[in-house]
Amino acid sequence: MSSQPLLSVEGLSKSYGGVHAVRGVSFALSSGEILALIGPNGAGKSTCFNMLNGQTAPDGGRVRVLGQDTTGLKPREVWRLGVGRTFQITATFPTMTVRENVQVALSSHDRKLFNLIAAMPRYARQEAERLLDLVGMGGFAMRACGELAYGDLKRLELAMALANRPKLLLMDEPTAGMAPRERVELMRLTAQIAREKSIGVLFTEHDMDVVFEHADRILVLNRGNLIAEGSPEEVRRNGEVRAIYLGEGLVYDARHREGAAP
Amino acid sequence: MAFYVVQFLTGLASAASLFLVASGLSIIFGVTRIVNFAHGAFYMLGAYVAFTLTARFSGALGFWGGILAAALIVAAVGVLVEMLLLRRIYHVPELFQLLATFGLTLMVEDLVVLGWGPNDLVGPRAAGLKGAIDFFGQQIPSYDLFLIVLGPLVLGLLWLVFQRTRWGVLVRAATQDRDMVAALGVNQKWLFTSVFALGVFLAALAGALQIPRDAVTHEMDLRVIVDVFVVVVIGGLGSITGAFVAAVLVSELNAFGILIFPKISIILVFLVMAAVLIVRPWGLLGRAEAPVRRTPGLTVNPWRPLTSRERIAVAIAFLLAASLPFYAGNYALAVGAEIAIFVIFAASLHFLMSTGGLASFGHAAYFGLGAYGTAFAVKLAGLPMAAALVAGPLFGLLGAVVFGFFAVQLSGVYFAMLTLAFAQIVWSVAFQWVGLTGGDNGILGVWPERWAASAPHFFWLSLAVAVLAVAGLRIATFSPFGFALRATRDSPLRAEAIGINGKRIQWSAFLIAGTVAGIGGALFAYLKGSVFPDVLGIPLSVDALVMVLLGGVETVSGAIVGAIVYKALSIWLVSQTEWSKLVLGAFIVLIVVAFPKGIVGTLDSLWHRRPSSLKDAMLASKIETAE
Repeated sequence: MSSQPLLSVEGLSKSYGGVHAVRGVSFALSSGEILALIGPNGAGKSTCFNMLNGQTAPDGGRVRVLGQDTTGLKPREVWRLGVGRTFQITATFPTMTVRENVQVALSSHDRKLFNLIAAMPRYARQEAERLLDLVGMGGFAMRACGELAYGDLKRLELAMALANRPKLLLMDEPTAGMAPRERVELMRLTAQIAREKSIGVLFTEHDMDVVFEHADRILVLNRGNLIAEGSPEEVRRNGEVRAIYLGEGLVYDARHREGAAP
Repeated sequence: MAFYVVQFLTGLASAASLFLVASGLSIIFGVTRIVNFAHGAFYMLGAYVAFTLTARFSGALGFWGGILAAALIVAAVGVLVEMLLLRRIYHVPELFQLLATFGLTLMVEDLVVLGWGPNDLVGPRAAGLKGAIDFFGQQIPSYDLFLIVLGPLVLGLLWLVFQRTRWGVLVRAATQDRDMVAALGVNQKWLFTSVFALGVFLAALAGALQIPRDAVTHEMDLRVIVDVFVVVVIGGLGSITGAFVAAVLVSELNAFGILIFPKISIILVFLVMAAVLIVRPWGLLGRAEAPVRRTPGLTVNPWRPLTSRERIAVAIAFLLAASLPFYAGNYALAVGAEIAIFVIFAASLHFLMSTGGLASFGHAAYFGLGAYGTAFAVKLAGLPMAAALVAGPLFGLLGAVVFGFFAVQLSGVYFAMLTLAFAQIVWSVAFQWVGLTGGDNGILGVWPERWAASAPHFFWLSLAVAVLAVAGLRIATFSPFGFALRATRDSPLRAEAIGINGKRIQWSAFLIAGTVAGIGGALFAYLKGSVFPDVLGIPLSVDALVMVLLGGVETVSGAIVGAIVYKALSIWLVSQTEWSKLVLGAFIVLIVVAFPKGIVGTLDSLWHRRPSSLKDAMLASKIETAE
């Protein structure tokens, strides 16, 4: 681990009305590390995520990216620091072609958004095609983004998130809504890219196969609290985590079941 | 002192009718998500019907019964409109809904002239409330006192209906989540119809109640709808209490503004609206809405630059147009120059609407500012024509800088209402500030210099500027800026997440559109040799909208075809019929219901006819799941 973590989070908190969605969450992430954030529905994963890239303003706590305090910055400002993100429900530009979607991200990265003269269809075309090839979408470059299948949209989002050469990728349920084989492929691809370019990845996920196959470390969130943190093996053995995911076995235990007694 | 109290009470009395119309608009919007542009038309219709009924049946019963009956009759008309028209367009993008109800407004304007004649009608005074009360030497009409009581009374009644009746609970539920209400087995169709009926009833009642105070005219619809848009923007669309508070605020500002700035009292309302929008963009009592589920567009064919064959076709069309002076007379050339000017105007709005997704309902403001700017440059500064043609559009730019800043803070229907209100404010200033603008008499004698004076020369000038403007806008559309603008329109969330400052991009687009519109206006001033407040008026804004819609809002440059067809058609129509608004309104409704893709869009999809119906259905379902 380098002296300065890529992402460090201290005491992050957010409440909605009386609901404490996230309470005092702290963790760190270093370059090239793949960190999974898991927890049951309503644990505060998405809220936590939205605070990391500036979508939601936290009530308390600090977020630092490469040592720089990003608390209170807007998503676009956080992005400029080298943080890419994908959404739980894909957000792309349906009226553009697949390649143009990536080209927009590239032109933004080059700070050419107020260029009124250049012809976008020719803009950074090779770089856009390279990114699409990287995520296996090279053959779809000229397709209308609006007619893509959902799994392909997820891959396109990944290509867009990679356009600013990110140091940190935030992926909110990257495989939600995808077929099982596609899930495995997408996560293998992400892990491969992350290791090659030494990008830190933080992702939330419900599919435990994906989590345990790829995560270097796992954070477990429940009711807004960080209750466990460690390697996949440690988390797998953690009693509290089991209790959350499988129930505590007090009610539906065989001994309590009516008529089960001898 | 007494004078100020009386002025205050007059303001309160005006607030009552404003509140009735605004609350009706809010209720309808809350449930159906339609901003009923025709609300002003129902208000006007209420006044006309009440005029007829109260004139026929005299006495207290005749008067009060007539007013109530008028509101009920107009509400019944509203039910018919809802069932025949609105039910067909609940699912289409909101822009089309605004336009369809606007088309309706135009039709009603001509229909009341057909039915009641063009002259102002003066209604009877209120039975039983004809007198006035003496207040320290000042007279307060007792009818005003009645209206002052009526406003809070209606507010209370509406509150009771929404809190205490089953129907009210359903309406509130539908306002929060329509889909859930439908899933619970409520008959949505009739819920929508009944809500629309109530909203129209309130508007018509307000109109009917105005007849003892004001003359009934066929212009009262636009006047009230602009005030009402200002009220709901300030109060918060969807909030009835907000509508009440804002109605009182706006009426009082009007009542006292007259004393402070007698010539441009409307500025005061504008300043307050701007202040509210900065502090609370969703209005005083409105709630920030979660981004409404976007209606997917009609087509998803990505835009592409012209192919070389298409470029040749465009070049031939241009050469044909440029050769017009060799075989056409002066009248045809003047018409041709006017069409070229409107191509500039429509293309500028089209850029804002189709690339930016920002439907401005007051684009004439920037066209008109360009025209007035040119006239000022010629008349006040004595600039030569070439310099005036540059100075004029700068006025359009200036207006766009100020109004665009506020307008892009909002989106969708709020954006449309706000741009309309801004345009109406500019119009009022031009109309009221007689010392500078000549008011209704306009500014005369803005003639082109000798080099551009002959009909062929002026035509060529207009054509050249139009070609440059359209080409420039096309280049901008396919530039990184144009894509950033489209990105913001397609998915604000994703655009922000890849570093795009959406508001700044949209504001810049507004400046571009405003400046280009101003260029059109500058040429228009020279074409007509004069400038009148009409160049800022709502009808001109609507003309531009129809041109864009007719050409096809989802095309790159459909507005050009739309402008040519529409302008030629309307020049011809005005020469053929007295009831051009009726025909035009019906035409707009027809486009929205039958050909929402416009001429170019329809041709385009015929051209690319693939097994499209199946594909469209698949696309729609995919976009649905992707949301």
